[in-house]
Amino acid sequence: MPLVNLRETTLRDLNRSLHALPPDTNETHWTVRHPDGRHAVAAGLDRAIAVEIEGHVGYYCAGMNALAQVVVHGNAGVGVAENMMSGRVHVRGDASQAAGATAHGGLLVIDGNAAARCGISMKGVDIVVKGSVGHMSAFMAQSGTLTVLGDAGEALGDSLYEARLYVRGAVTSLGADCIEKAMRDEHRAELAEKLAAAGLAGEVDPAEFRRYGSARRLYHFTVDNAGAY
Amino acid sequence: MCGIVGLFLKDPALEPRLGALMAGMLGTMTDRGPDSAGFAVYGAPAEGAKITLRGPDAAGLEAAVAALQVALGLTLASQARDTHTVLVAPEGREGEIRAWLAAHPGIDVVGSGQRMEIYKEVGLPAEVARRFSLSAMAGTHGIGHTRMATESAVTTNGAHPFSTGPDQCLVHNGSLSNHNALRRTLRREGLTFATDNDSEVAAGYLTWRMREGASLKGALEASLSDLDGFFTFVVGTQDGFAVLRDPIACKPAIMAETDAWVAFGSEYRALVGLPGIEGARVFEPEPATVYAWERG
Repeated sequence: MPLVNLRETTLRDLNRSLHALPPDTNETHWTVRHPDGRHAVAAGLDRAIAVEIEGHVGYYCAGMNALAQVVVHGNAGVGVAENMMSGRVHVRGDASQAAGATAHGGLLVIDGNAAARCGISMKGVDIVVKGSVGHMSAFMAQSGTLTVLGDAGEALGDSLYEARLYVRGAVTSLGADCIEKAMRDEHRAELAEKLAAAGLAGEVDPAEFRRYGSARRLYHFTVDNAGAY
Repeated sequence: MCGIVGLFLKDPALEPRLGALMAGMLGTMTDRGPDSAGFAVYGAPAEGAKITLRGPDAAGLEAAVAALQVALGLTLASQARDTHTVLVAPEGREGEIRAWLAAHPGIDVVGSGQRMEIYKEVGLPAEVARRFSLSAMAGTHGIGHTRMATESAVTTNGAHPFSTGPDQCLVHNGSLSNHNALRRTLRREGLTFATDNDSEVAAGYLTWRMREGASLKGALEASLSDLDGFFTFVVGTQDGFAVLRDPIACKPAIMAETDAWVAFGSEYRALVGLPGIEGARVFEPEPATVYAWERG
């Protein structure tokens, strides 16, 4: 149960120690004190360990995460869990912009609100935000799911591909090529599974959500434009 | 890049520590702006107008201040700090002091007001704060800036805060694209600008709006329609403090509030040293939303 105080140990030493862990490590539960908004705390992990961070973190916390379970007991700055591959990142407070950006897999849970561009260019991650998300969330999202219990800001899902967006509250506006789609049984089942993974089984009714996805009008060249050549 | 900070005290017991708290915030933002730094502090009101002057060096400035007093037959209270001096102009005499200064190039007026003092220099933020003894300054609120120059030269003229009206100043992270046209418009309205800097135009715009009767909040709301570009602004007036981000929230911003203070930082790291931060409400200001506080 290593305990690291970032007012005594440098961030580089912490991350180096985490990166050096062997696959069969017995040091599977780490506690990090006094992150004080530092950037890149617990970034680049690739072992099935748990890391609890007691306080607010700066940019790119748990970026590129694979396998690890990271909990932030506070707010997270820009780009939390960006490019996550697998594992789970849980922010107990709010997240700033670009939470889960480009992430390929794993689960990102945000208990509070996420600011603009949540899930931008996401590529397979599941994101569950218990509060609301800011403008341009899921911009160019390619796959995965973004579930929002609160509201979504302007231009949700602009230019998105195959990601599925589930929003319980109000959506200020939809971005280009993003449309509301029918919520069928398969979607309610998928949403129930994501909510359960986020620890919300039985607390939130999937029937209260609406689904948004791509109209797929931006996928191909439009023959009407052929005259431009 | 650039880092900006602001601190507005609600608890008068903290006022003697304003400068020390701001020095810590500015020093933390060195990573975002190591080229130059500046800050404005709203301290005790003067009997008249405080005029902050900047000279090429301390000796040159001292000589100019002495010559000014001889020429105008005035004995002025003044406080010299390195390359800056704060003069107190008696009621009704600010105009002739400014006229004398305008006729003697080399000494710049950085700002003026009943309470505001402004200091800015090239160099690392901690060094700039040390040169002007920021840690020893008391006041009710203040704003600061650390600059990483990207477009224009690393000069003191390009350093923030910018002041274009009495007790008014602004720090800006971002860049404006319609500042030339707006500067021409504002000049026709009688405003003067000391630089070609886009941020100075933003300050001038707010000065103009407030001169025309708008509140600080109203002036900032109007700026959302009239300013084109990226910005996070932190603005100070004699009794007020406000924050505004552009509609797409291009530049970072974080705020924290307790019963004793409101603070702004480009990053949370800047706020870590504030007393009671552990219990503060920490939040990211919404885009295109004015946050304003005024002293009661």
